[in-house]
Amino acid sequence: MVLPLVQRTIGPRNIGLAPAASPGMTATLPMRGPGDGLTGLFWRRPKLLLALLIAPPLLWLGVIYLGALIALLWQSFYSIDEFSGLVVPEFTLKTYAELLKPQNLDIIVRTVSMAALVSVASGLIAFPIAYFAARYAKGRWKAAFYLGVMLPLWSSYLVKVYAWKLILAKEGILTWAAGATHTTSLLDGLLAIPVIGGNSLSTSYIGTFIVFVYVWMPFMILPMQASLERVPTSVLEAAADLGATRGQIFRTVTLPLALPGIIAGSIFTFSLTLGDYIIPQIIGTSKSFIGMAVYQFQGTAGNVPLAAAFAMIPILIMLLYLSIARRMGAFDAI
Amino acid sequence: MQSDRASFGLKAAAAAGLAFLHLPIVLIFLYAFTTEEKSYAFPPPGLTTKWFAVAWNRQDIWPPLFLSVQVALIATLLALILGTLAAGALSKGRFFGQNQIALLLILPIALPGVVTGIALRSAFSILDIPYSTWTIILGHATFCIVIVYNNAIARMRRMSGAILEASADLGANAFQTFRHVLLPNLGTALLAGGMLAFALSFDEVIVTTFTAGQQATLPIWMLEELVRPHQRPVTNVVAIVVFVVTVIPILLAYRLTMRGTETAGGGK
Repeated sequence: MVLPLVQRTIGPRNIGLAPAASPGMTATLPMRGPGDGLTGLFWRRPKLLLALLIAPPLLWLGVIYLGALIALLWQSFYSIDEFSGLVVPEFTLKTYAELLKPQNLDIIVRTVSMAALVSVASGLIAFPIAYFAARYAKGRWKAAFYLGVMLPLWSSYLVKVYAWKLILAKEGILTWAAGATHTTSLLDGLLAIPVIGGNSLSTSYIGTFIVFVYVWMPFMILPMQASLERVPTSVLEAAADLGATRGQIFRTVTLPLALPGIIAGSIFTFSLTLGDYIIPQIIGTSKSFIGMAVYQFQGTAGNVPLAAAFAMIPILIMLLYLSIARRMGAFDAI
Repeated sequence: MQSDRASFGLKAAAAAGLAFLHLPIVLIFLYAFTTEEKSYAFPPPGLTTKWFAVAWNRQDIWPPLFLSVQVALIATLLALILGTLAAGALSKGRFFGQNQIALLLILPIALPGVVTGIALRSAFSILDIPYSTWTIILGHATFCIVIVYNNAIARMRRMSGAILEASADLGANAFQTFRHVLLPNLGTALLAGGMLAFALSFDEVIVTTFTAGQQATLPIWMLEELVRPHQRPVTNVVAIVVFVVTVIPILLAYRLTMRGTETAGGGK
């Protein structure tokens, strides 16, 4: 942990004294125990200390996490015997070909479009909050804003999903509110829209979408705010001095400079939506999403290879997304 | 120059966004007091406090609660050790593979939980590891490391290296410097990271469904109740408990990191 920039036996005091010291009078301090010895060793070999520090976390993540991911990749190349239902441990691309079946492609398209829509909507709702917090909130207000974002971000995922089940249920608060404000026809109109509508909000795509946005949107705000805070006021003033209107400044200066933060935020909203299987299971139509497919195929269906192949899709998409985000400087914004 | 005051539209949009984030939670509290147990009817037909007593006496809630606390405590401890070590190594300037290691640390939370879950599950099944409390802890610790790491490395970067040099100049060895200089300065950041890790682990459900086997943590119990409601207000009572148990550490972590900004040598 400690960088022993100065080691006991060759400390600066000693270096200072060394030229004047007579051969019989060494300026080194006595060793007080193995701690000192190790300190000296770390000083002579900083790489050793580095290796000792990094080894435990690297072993944990490397062996357990990467190992598990490799095991998953491995299993995705197995297939299942259609008659016995047993896994055939032979290398094949058959399982991946199954992903291209219409019903499976449907699941992939549905999930990716949902993730994209959720990210865009999250960005739109998060931006005013992040912008206000970054540019105008000062002192206590800033702290209040920060806490106001942190609390919903960190508080229980299931509690949040549950809260929306209460809101969106057919007999729930939204139906009541629509009745109280005489907008029931509006709600019914919304639910009558083909595909995204449904019997009630809690059993429609609209419901799934709202809950996804609610649960993942806070992850967008903080990186967004951080990147907006880094936009120097002097640049904005320069743009104004040169005659740009507020709108022009926003479009041509603020937004491009804040883009890395927006992309960084979208990494979370996109990835988290891509793999979620609880929200669409509790609120939404019975149509499957990638996460649900993974869960069902490895569980009740017992088709682990297909579940593994399905799980590879979010990994591939996210690796691609991360590499693009990295090129756009999003990693400096996290 | 842009004015220093926010426009009304911006204020309204920011306020509406924040309200959207907070109002749903309030409902959880309201529905814990409703007399209606079969549906989510609003407004509640009547109010009662009996569900708290009912929840207290339900024997199926206590074992999951204890399991969740146990898992969260051990996973947090592991994450504290591994996360601090990783932060210590990565704060020491550049070295070969540094970026890859940083990516590896983020990966468990950057990839969807379902991926982490099924990956661990297939590894367990290949190695014939039976599901136990330890398999749950293993998964939780993996994604908690990055939380501690983030807090620790942020503090280390703010801390001036000069205080470590000063400590060595004054004759302290590496372990003494760690004990008397680094740890006190790092303390609140680690505590904050640990609390966030605890909150994250206590609440985790996606990875846990893959690594728990037959055991149920409190979130898994809740998920069961969400899919097959039994006594709905009791679920609300448990939801309040989960909410409070996660929010208190978050608030404490927030206070700790705010106060901890005056680090020794921080104004370098």
